Amino acid sequence: MNVTVEVNGVEKSVDCEPRTLLVDFIRTKLGLTGTHIGCDTSNCGACTVLLDGTPVKSCTQLAAMAGGRKVTTVEGLAQGAALDPVQEGFHVEHGLQCGFCTPGMMLVGKALLEDNPNPTDDEIRWAISGNICRCTGYMNIVKAIQHAAATKAAVKEQPAEPAGVS
Amino acid sequence: MFPAAFDYSAPATLDEALAILGEHGDDAKVLAGGQSLIPLLKLRFAQPSLIVDIGRIPGLSGVDSENGTVRIGSRTRHRDVEAASQLRGRLDVLLAAAPQISDPLIRNVGTIGGSVVHADPQGDWGAVMLAVDAEFVLRSAKGERIGPADGFFQGPFTTAISPDEVLTTIRIPSPSGARTGGSYHKMERKIGDFATVATAVHVVLGDDGRITRAGIGLTAVGPHNIKAKEAEAALAGQEPSTELYAEAARLAAAAAEPNSDIRGTAEYKKDVVRVFVQRGLRDAVKRAQGANS
Repeated sequence: MNVTVEVNGVEKSVDCEPRTLLVDFIRTKLGLTGTHIGCDTSNCGACTVLLDGTPVKSCTQLAAMAGGRKVTTVEGLAQGAALDPVQEGFHVEHGLQCGFCTPGMMLVGKALLEDNPNPTDDEIRWAISGNICRCTGYMNIVKAIQHAAATKAAVKEQPAEPAGVS
Repeated sequence: MFPAAFDYSAPATLDEALAILGEHGDDAKVLAGGQSLIPLLKLRFAQPSLIVDIGRIPGLSGVDSENGTVRIGSRTRHRDVEAASQLRGRLDVLLAAAPQISDPLIRNVGTIGGSVVHADPQGDWGAVMLAVDAEFVLRSAKGERIGPADGFFQGPFTTAISPDEVLTTIRIPSPSGARTGGSYHKMERKIGDFATVATAVHVVLGDDGRITRAGIGLTAVGPHNIKAKEAEAALAGQEPSTELYAEAARLAAAAAEPNSDIRGTAEYKKDVVRVFVQRGLRDAVKRAQGANS
């Protein structure tokens, strides 16, 4: 079957079997390997992508279900050389060690800040509760998302200033 | 892991979906959010030859109420039930249970109807449906029938639904103005794990402060979600009291039929039922009493 999705702002139309999982579609058919496969059982969240802006576990979606919808992967976060505030937050606050969970954590953080620009630490912990970090780096992940919230708030106050790369 | 090969159909209308199911029967499987079905496909516990994705059919999701009945579209996602503030004070048990289902990412996709029909004995919605005496609207190409939640759950992953039917709407009696309260207590080892034990409680209080009716559903302590009928009967018409809760909780624990497994012994799980029902009744009655004060 043919599946057409808008991936990181670009429309892609690819043939695949109906049984193709969204994560395999993204990694193998689209060549975007920033989306990781961790547990492959919808427990860990390493495969998180945004589907129409909402975080989902792409190991537990069929590619066919994403047809006609917008998919955002970690590769879609940066705008050219400018990091997304959430990426900058993970950089500055050392929000990663091995980096395997990081794409999922950042995408969940990005979606959270769209809905709730000023979250409490508890709200961040709640939002990332479906994503597992085996380096146990949750403290810095929470700080990283708070950093992104602060950056976005500052950018909103001074819209002329683009989000810088630190 | 990846599923065995299947054909895929994404009908645009319910009638089209029902026609396909009528033709293919047991060989076809309905896909809603996929948060239970896709893991089963990947493990190859399920190997249907055809997947009928109802995700593109309009009109199957949303929460509304009419003439004292709350109607929840079967494809309403857990997160949308979580956010359905109009249920506050009417069906608190749904609002209490929704955020405890799996994790936020699963709740972004998984649906209430999918969970009900999947009928995992460790699933949360079944117990809630039993507590609130929900009715399921089941449609097939031949017509429509109403199935009460009581009796719908027949065994692990087994319900009264036929292969050619789709659950379209969940109907819950909820007279406006009634003093109701609800609670959902769940023990899980970690977020996203299945329940070790969970209990759903829904109470309606009369003007005299007595319990008009109480509903109690149990999760993960039997081959399917269990309705604790003897406990419910013991509560009806009674004045709320600590002693009454203790007696009802004892009866609810007696209705549980848990197995010993890695999450705990049968004896332990029965006792958790007792403790949770006791707490659940206390919390639910407190909410119901607060609703009018």
